[in-house]
Amino acid sequence: MKVLVTVKEVAEVDDEFAIDGLDVDESYLEYDLNEWDDYAVEEAVQLSEANDDVEVVTVTVGPERADETIRMALAKGADRALRVWDDAIAGAEFLDPGTKAQLLEAVVEEEEPDLVLTGVQSGDDAFGATGVALAERVGFEWAAVVNDLEHDVEANDSSVRRELEGGVEELTDVEGPAVLTIQTGINEPRYASLRGIRQAQRKPLDVQTLDDLGLEESVLETQVELTSMYEPESESDAVIWEGAADETAGELASFLRDSGVVEG
Amino acid sequence: MTVLAVTEQRRGELRDPSFELITAGRQLADDLDSELHLAVIGGDVDGYADQLNREGVDAIHTVADGEEFNHDIYTQAVTAMADAHEPDAVLMANTVNGLDFAPAVAGQLDVPLVTDAVDFDASGTPEITREQYGGKVETTVDIEADQFALTIRPAEWAKAEGTGDADIAAFDFDLDESAVRSTVTGFEEVGSGDVDISEADILVSVGRGIEEEDNLPLVEELADALGATLSSSRPIVDNGWLPKNRQVGQSGKVVTPDVYIAIGISGAVQHVAGMKGSDTIVAINTDPNAPIMDIADYAIVDDLFDVVPELIEEFGGEAS
Ligand SMILES: Cc1cc2nc3c(=O)[nH]c(=O)nc-3n(C[C@H](O)[C@H](O)[C@H](O)COP(=O)(O)OP(=O)(O)OC[C@H]3O[C@@H](n4cnc5c(N)ncnc54)[C@H](O)[C@@H]3O)c2cc1C
Ligand SMILES: Nc1ncnc2c1ncn2[C@@H]1O[C@H](COP(=O)(O)O)[C@@H](O)[C@H]1O
Repeated sequence: MKVLVTVKEVAEVDDEFAIDGLDVDESYLEYDLNEWDDYAVEEAVQLSEANDDVEVVTVTVGPERADETIRMALAKGADRALRVWDDAIAGAEFLDPGTKAQLLEAVVEEEEPDLVLTGVQSGDDAFGATGVALAERVGFEWAAVVNDLEHDVEANDSSVRRELEGGVEELTDVEGPAVLTIQTGINEPRYASLRGIRQAQRKPLDVQTLDDLGLEESVLETQVELTSMYEPESESDAVIWEGAADETAGELASFLRDSGVVEG
Repeated sequence: MTVLAVTEQRRGELRDPSFELITAGRQLADDLDSELHLAVIGGDVDGYADQLNREGVDAIHTVADGEEFNHDIYTQAVTAMADAHEPDAVLMANTVNGLDFAPAVAGQLDVPLVTDAVDFDASGTPEITREQYGGKVETTVDIEADQFALTIRPAEWAKAEGTGDADIAAFDFDLDESAVRSTVTGFEEVGSGDVDISEADILVSVGRGIEEEDNLPLVEELADALGATLSSSRPIVDNGWLPKNRQVGQSGKVVTPDVYIAIGISGAVQHVAGMKGSDTIVAINTDPNAPIMDIADYAIVDDLFDVVPELIEEFGGEAS
């Protein structure tokens, strides 16, 4: 069977930062594999280890910079990777979930996976929508926020737990082919071993353009437009204790004693 | 002209966001100069419809298929309602079940979707406010479409009150059973155990700022010295460093202690959902812009590895 894992490179913002136009100035951003996708890759790799003939393919919509992150997923055990990008995509104003789902749809049609794993959300944009939007487009069944997966490779069916609010989990059977959006904590993502990192250098990483995927530039036209980004006005009315650590700790200690919650 | 808001129920009860959707839905309907209709799907729909008949609601459409939430049924039913009533906007909640059906509804209707709104103004071109980068920045997005789908962040809008006089009617709908390809087989409560963090008067709560499992004894020492209970944000539990019953937040426990000391916790929305009701919130964090600062009453902007040992010493403990 073939498992396709969508892998996003996400940006994290430094403690101090500045906004330049519609995004945080690049110099304050650090890039990493999306936390949720790390768990999705691990889940796919575990499936391939537990069963014969399971191929794990990753797909990323992102610029060349993302290759480093993609190699990380390969080092953790994915077999090969696809990266979708070209000048037109680079020039697109806003990759909303609907647009990303259209790009990924073309990849699903090309690769014909039996199972697609995505993350619940991307740490930076936090749309939480791309996986289910993709499922709907390709006509797969799906389940969102999966924190336990048992997959029957023969029948291509899944029994999942969906993590609901308040410590309640829903047990659901899902007919394949399906898209499952993976929640953190479902497994323990491995660290890439040195050997894995070396092997990853030799694994295929193919770049696909819109043209390669048989898509027109019009897929990038979206009805959703990013119009501003700003630092929210601080709602904070916190009292900030300042000074060296012994002083601030002293302030907190006095507060705790004065308020009577702590003795001693 | 209508706004169609899709309510949520689970195991015999309407969920809070259903009532928040009425408030947000009324706001959106006023902006768009349209009516507010509610969709009520699955279970005891008549009972739910009565409870949802609050001020500001113009009509309620019920579909009784399915006992519990099922995304295939929700998607089909909402799509059919949207085809029949041609709403300007379909409004849903950014809950776990919202994540499971909102993108499919938008896809079926072929309309743009914007998720997790914290505010909006649709009096002109609909402009949606949302957060990015873990709540460190806000963005606005404009929607250039005649019809759109939107999900709202839970607990951002107040729950609607007052009794309404909406028309309640069963929506004429034939479920296509063959397109229902997932089945809910049950529910399970997780995260119980020997400790109940929701009972604690004072919580020392630790987040990813602690970096390594080997550093956990530091916060354990502090909890001991203060006579406090130890809790945590999600990554600590995901990593297996603390059991699930210690997790505060949307998918963990809701806590309301006298004092909540958040140590190396950024204050993501799903975390805050579980602790914002604390009497006093103290944050220890190196990042002055961390969202936790917005809800903290007291804060120390410093390295936890410097502050916590000092604090332990204050209370006569020994930092290990
Ligand atoms: C469906 C869903 C449900 C979720 N449910 C929950 C939930 O129930 N509970 C929950 O907590 N999360 C939940 N999350 C995850 C949530 O989105 C965040 O990822 C998580 O809360 C982040 O945890 P954190 O604050 O510990 O880590 P981070 O966001 O990584 O923050 C770490 C903080 O530590 C600070 N720090 C770093 N080093 C130091 C230092 N030396 N001294 C002081 N400060 C330092 C940093 O400045 C940062 O603010 C959920 C997510 C989803 C999608
Ligand atoms: N640019 C991208 N490339 C590959 N996968 C993506 C991309 N954006 C989102 N995804 C996938 O969709 C999931 C949900 O992302 P989002 O809807 O952006 O919150 C992520 O966890 C990824 O698995």
